[in-house]
Amino acid sequence: MMALAGTPSLKAAGLRHQSGFWTKLYRGYGQETVILCAMIFLLVAVGLYNPRFLSSENLITIFSGNAYIAVAAIGMAMIIITGHIDVSVGALIGVLATISGTLAVSGYPVWVAWLLPVVIGVVINMVIGVLVAYARIPSIVVTLGMLSILRGGLISITGGAWISNLPPAFLLAQQKPLGVPAPIYIMIALSILAAFWMRYSPFGRSLYAIGGNPEAARAVGIPIERRIVSVFMIHGAFAGLATILFATQLQVIQSTVPPNLELTVITAVVIGGVSILGGTGTVIGSTLAAILFATIGSALIFTNVSAYWLRAVIGLLILVTVLADMIRRRRGA
Amino acid sequence: MPQSPLPFVRLAGVSKSFGGIRVLKDVDFDVRPGEVHALLGENGAGKSTLIKIISGLYLPDGGSIEIKGRAASFASTRDATRQGIATVYQELLLFPELTVAENIFLGHYPKRPRGGIDWSQARNEARVLLDSLDCPDLDVDTKIAKLSVAQRQRVEIAKALSHDARVLIMDEPTASLTQADVLRLMDIVRSLRARGVAIIYVSHRMPEIFALADRVTVLRDGALIGTKPIGDLNEESLVAMMVGRSIDQLFPKAEPMIGETILEVEGLSFGKLVKDISFSLRKGEILGIAGLVGSGRTELALTLFGITPAAAGMIRLNGKPVTIRSPRAARDFGIAYVPEDRGLQGLVKSMSIAQNISMASLDRLTRGILIRFAKEAARATEAVKRLGVRARGGIHQPVGELSGGNQQKVVIAKWLETSPAILILDEPTRGVDVGAKAEIHAMMGELAQKGLAIIMISSELPEVLGMSDRILVMNNGRVIQVFDRSEATPESVGAAMTVAHQTLEAA
Repeated sequence: MMALAGTPSLKAAGLRHQSGFWTKLYRGYGQETVILCAMIFLLVAVGLYNPRFLSSENLITIFSGNAYIAVAAIGMAMIIITGHIDVSVGALIGVLATISGTLAVSGYPVWVAWLLPVVIGVVINMVIGVLVAYARIPSIVVTLGMLSILRGGLISITGGAWISNLPPAFLLAQQKPLGVPAPIYIMIALSILAAFWMRYSPFGRSLYAIGGNPEAARAVGIPIERRIVSVFMIHGAFAGLATILFATQLQVIQSTVPPNLELTVITAVVIGGVSILGGTGTVIGSTLAAILFATIGSALIFTNVSAYWLRAVIGLLILVTVLADMIRRRRGA
Repeated sequence: MPQSPLPFVRLAGVSKSFGGIRVLKDVDFDVRPGEVHALLGENGAGKSTLIKIISGLYLPDGGSIEIKGRAASFASTRDATRQGIATVYQELLLFPELTVAENIFLGHYPKRPRGGIDWSQARNEARVLLDSLDCPDLDVDTKIAKLSVAQRQRVEIAKALSHDARVLIMDEPTASLTQADVLRLMDIVRSLRARGVAIIYVSHRMPEIFALADRVTVLRDGALIGTKPIGDLNEESLVAMMVGRSIDQLFPKAEPMIGETILEVEGLSFGKLVKDISFSLRKGEILGIAGLVGSGRTELALTLFGITPAAAGMIRLNGKPVTIRSPRAARDFGIAYVPEDRGLQGLVKSMSIAQNISMASLDRLTRGILIRFAKEAARATEAVKRLGVRARGGIHQPVGELSGGNQQKVVIAKWLETSPAILILDEPTRGVDVGAKAEIHAMMGELAQKGLAIIMISSELPEVLGMSDRILVMNNGRVIQVFDRSEATPESVGAAMTVAHQTLEAA
């Protein structure tokens, strides 16, 4: 059957009826599959070297401690799929964490301390979105400016001080329903929800169209400017949610957030299979990639390799992924 | 005209294919020193491919190239430049932020003995070159960005001469020039000819060809139709060579079922290329819009479709005045636009066939906030079957992997899914192979018979003449003539497109 022509070797092996599934998997979720395989390989290999790596405490620590990166990567994936970028998200999370912590120690109700960062995240990103969509300033420029404003403002106001004496009720990330930390539930729920939304809603579809070819999207009547503002606002909400997971995991909040957080988030998105040029990729891929980083980081510790190698390994992954993306594109177009 | 017997460049039996489609078949061509050789043909006839082979951009699949009687083969444009062949492209390839002198000598600056660039010599030589082109008004230190199109073109020509070009290829050099600049360019071409440069001149414009050319070569569908001295030709015989085939055979036109008027346009204006345009369109009618590149045909379509909303004028749909401010509004009024450049405005190549087909009609495929994938797939499958889209990977194959003809069918399918009342097709068969072209034409006929009103913009005269019930000829942003199918001939429409252009400008 010409219509079913897969690879001859698959046919010979009697797997012809499955070739549709594999083709589909490769086409739709190639990168996600690769990451999942890489993660399983890593877990098995390091587990054989040092069985303590596979202990449930360690795995839970890995996933829980990095859930906030995965959550921030969801919004970032949407931004990059639409053909834009946000390099200010790390600074934003720092600012929002400080606001949240300050509210919590000042005696405001816990829900205010949790909700306000989300609202402020949405508002700040709405400003970014308006500048990108209507003033037509490239998003990299707008968010670079925002990065400086937020980081500079934060350091000037807090003087780099830490916030301590956080009320126990505030520490959401330390709660463990059924023995599993809350961030893991939140990360999984948000990833699935966002993936579903991106795949099945006309809104999600329009983001792929804008990222793939804005002129064609405009010609079919997609209101591009409004969509860009909306996607930045959604991204702001995810940044707010990520802040809550980040700010509530320890007894103190450092106003210095992990340095290069925005790069880690963008890297997760790109390694997760979202094309840096926009138009393709999935949210699930970003989440998987964020977890993969954390796993690599932990694996380095368990194999007694200097943690400084983490960045080098991630850098290598970026280059390999982008190269693979370019090759796929060249074959396609 | 003294002509040296030995051609500078001679191509014999040159062929070229792209992806299995032969765009150039066994073509002979030569150009002699001190001659202007005009190259003519419709869009897609193979002119650009031929030019690109001569300038070293493409390697021919077959045939031979000789320079001054010796076999040559170019591995790159740099090779061709070294052999004395230079090209002035339609889209001028200069660096806007560099000066005139810097652009002219880019890549081959005069050097000082120690290896640095000798700027004063570069500026002096640039000055001499520009003076030799009779351009004393051009300052060698001006940035290109500040120059007009005509001035930039002169810089391009000076740049070609700086390489000591013996052959100068000019691709539609007057396409975007004003009448005064056209005359000046013609003077420059004549003076180059007098200096013994061989010039290959590509143009659609009859008056220029008869004023400048010594010989004319016509290509059609990639094949050589003939090379003749200009003295043996007149406008009719030249158009006949270009068009040349029996139109009735190629475009079997179904008996039209023309109904009541659906669209009336009065005094529509936008910018410089849509000026005071009035026409009407009826159900089941195919209205062809002919005109040269830059005559305002596409701009008219963009205005009707709301991409560049009208600045003045009136549009009535079914007798009711409407304002079309955006593509979304146009779509909701039942207007569909299949753009000229499907890569740019038509398709999202990273998305699948099904996703592209559903893109303009997604709101009909949703339940609540979710897309109904099964219904989307069913509609796409049906559309693919109906239009004969050939895709090995089925409806989930990315559109970017399809051939040009199949991509075009996907764009058309996308708009048919919106059940339009008016379909605007801008160059519907450009870059499409012959088979798919015939299929698209057949489909247009069927749609019209079902009552769809179609506006078809085309640069191919046979297509316009073969498919249209009426033909509207645009020239310089205006409708200058409307033909009924019965009264339209290649000569009459061709004349309205080209000759009238000059008289209009002069008036």
